[in-house]
Amino acid sequence: MPERIKHKPLDLEKVQVPRAEIHLIKDQCKGCGYCINFCPKKVLEESDEINARGVHPPKVVDESKCIVCSFCTAVCPDFAIFIVEKKDKEESKT
Amino acid sequence: MVVKEILEHPLSKYLRTDMMPHIWCPGCGNGIVLNCFAHALDELKTDLDKLVVISGIGCIGRTAGYTNTDSFHTTHGRSIAFATGVKLANPELDIVIVSGDGDLFAIGGNHFIHAARRNIGIKVLCVNNFNYGMTGGQLGPTTPLDAITTTSPYGNSEHPFNLVHLAAASGATYVARWTTLHVRRLTQSIKKMMQKEGFCFIEVISPCPEVFGRRNKLRTGLDMMEMFKKASVVESFSDPAKAEITSDRIVVGEFIDIEKLSYEKLFHEKIAQINEKTMEQVS
Amino acid sequence: MSGKRSLLSGAHFLNGDVACAEGAIAAGCRFFAGYPITPATEIAEHLSERMPEFGGIYIQMEDEIASMAAVIGASYSGLKSMTATSGPGFSLMQENIGLAVMTEAPCVIVDIMRGGPSTGQPTLPGQQDVMQAKWGSHGDYEIIALSPSSVQEMFTLTFEAFNLAETYRVPTMLLGDEIIAHMWEKVLIPSPENLKVVNRKKPKVAPAEYLPFKPDDDLVPSMACFGEGYRFHATGLTHNEHGYPQTQSSETQYKLVRRLCEKIRKNADRIVKVEEIMVEDADVVVVAYGIVARSALSAVRKARAEGIKAGLLRPITIWPFPETHVADIAKHAKAIVVPEMNCGQLVREVERCAKTTPVAFLSKFGEEPHTPLEILEEIRRNN
Repeated sequence: MPERIKHKPLDLEKVQVPRAEIHLIKDQCKGCGYCINFCPKKVLEESDEINARGVHPPKVVDESKCIVCSFCTAVCPDFAIFIVEKKDKEESKT
Repeated sequence: MVVKEILEHPLSKYLRTDMMPHIWCPGCGNGIVLNCFAHALDELKTDLDKLVVISGIGCIGRTAGYTNTDSFHTTHGRSIAFATGVKLANPELDIVIVSGDGDLFAIGGNHFIHAARRNIGIKVLCVNNFNYGMTGGQLGPTTPLDAITTTSPYGNSEHPFNLVHLAAASGATYVARWTTLHVRRLTQSIKKMMQKEGFCFIEVISPCPEVFGRRNKLRTGLDMMEMFKKASVVESFSDPAKAEITSDRIVVGEFIDIEKLSYEKLFHEKIAQINEKTMEQVS
Repeated sequence: MSGKRSLLSGAHFLNGDVACAEGAIAAGCRFFAGYPITPATEIAEHLSERMPEFGGIYIQMEDEIASMAAVIGASYSGLKSMTATSGPGFSLMQENIGLAVMTEAPCVIVDIMRGGPSTGQPTLPGQQDVMQAKWGSHGDYEIIALSPSSVQEMFTLTFEAFNLAETYRVPTMLLGDEIIAHMWEKVLIPSPENLKVVNRKKPKVAPAEYLPFKPDDDLVPSMACFGEGYRFHATGLTHNEHGYPQTQSSETQYKLVRRLCEKIRKNADRIVKVEEIMVEDADVVVVAYGIVARSALSAVRKARAEGIKAGLLRPITIWPFPETHVADIAKHAKAIVVPEMNCGQLVREVERCAKTTPVAFLSKFGEEPHTPLEILEEIRRNN
């Protein structure tokens, strides 16, 4: 908890930061860099591999940092990336 | 080469996946517009059998070939006139026109203002990349002053249109402008437009890195998107006449959102009245 | 006269434009998009009144280019649609006529020919758009064009034009002239049971198997319309049977363009109609169409009275051109006379088909078509 927050939110136990499954359709990527550049959590970076289009598709640096804002899904011009929210098995019971 | 994994993408049912990947350049905003459009359709749960996507000539004109709906790719500038015929013949259809700044406002300018004036219920998504991209980057009616294009090698001397001002003045019931960076707001605008009666217009400012950006110090799509990020200001319901576009200031937002009876409703009501009268006379 | 919302069945005294409009309604036309232009304005005015009575749509578009685009749009939405114009408007429509040909949209375009070129003589007749009807748009293609020479034919040929457009999925033109359009004559309109209306072929397969541009044996594909669940794509670009653009393939281009031409050429014997009067033993045959055919008939009769074996071949179908009919006549006739109100248009087709038989061309412009005496003199000269 950041120091500046003095009070503990009442629903802190219930609310969880969403966790993500990042799906990359590597051969659709044309290497524009929008997802890498505009990700608020810097989850993606350019990989070294070359795809069928001859460009470097993104690779996931740390999937746990993704907060499922889905900006990359919305801004990708080539339908090459989409995020699916991982639903915890325990969460669905409560 | 069709990428089979495209079928896993959540929006793939809105696309003609056998035509993917599309022909647009890396970084081209057209793909983003298609993405937002598909997303809006998904959130609205639109009946794809009742949707007709019509486009004109240009890079963005290929959109009609990529959506999984009835679609038509018309001659240059005539998509609005064509759509008028479609809408009047079958008012139950949802008609979306996806076309470019040159197609809609140069050669198609006359059709645009008349359709807006009539308030025919077609939805126009204009992707403005400031030039004629498909043919290699010539100047167009929205090219900024002093911009370099293949037909203005010494800098453009023509003043560009202010499209939202033009649409508002012609009588559109919904007028908005966003950039391809404003993906969420664009999606919401498209949703609003699809549910509104009358002639609706959304201008989307879009990067064209290969032929426009390259000649105007915006070498990559990322450069242009960063420019959008720095320069855009959301000023909804401000005066569209003052909604300028410069490299320091791009005024975006929703400008007009009014209620006005659409032409096809008006006309079909009249036909129904006349029909009733003549049926009385016959019987 | 029966109630308003019905065909004007019976005998009437009508002008050519009105007869044309009534013919359209009788054929099931329920969409008209046009722009006022002398001498076709009356068609638009009459339809602005009559269309709504049948639940149809009349819209006056901002120009002829938009009119033609709207006509194709309405056709693809399932309605039989038409527009009416004259020379200057016809020129504007050419690009979209090309779109109609390429996307195989059934539609009818009425061109009431007037004096040209350019603004020309708006209130006087001409026959100067004949070649434009065939070659006006860019690219290789075939269309059907009919030529009425009476007010009755303005009715029947407009009706026929819709049937042809629907059968062959092609823009069909009615090439009238200002005199026929503004003339008043008796017209017999059959009752609805006696009118045979033809509609476009609809797909017999499910949407998943439908190929919008796959032809049947008659070279004409079946036509789904917007909103029927077929989710097809149509484009003016060179396309394959799916309707998807395939601009880089010479094979696709060849197959498509050939089929668009063969569609009409191979079915020419079923499309072409002519009127032949006293041609079997004729030495001099007059080939005339439109208003000129009326004078020509009178001239031929006068010639026969003088002992000259004259005959009249009146093409009712101008395009595709009645090649076999002209070639047959050329075999036994000594000469062919072609009077036209232009500098020589259909006469070139006649010359091409007549081969070695001499063809005499009689040109006339202005408010009056050729008089019977003028044609008679030409017949005498060529006897």
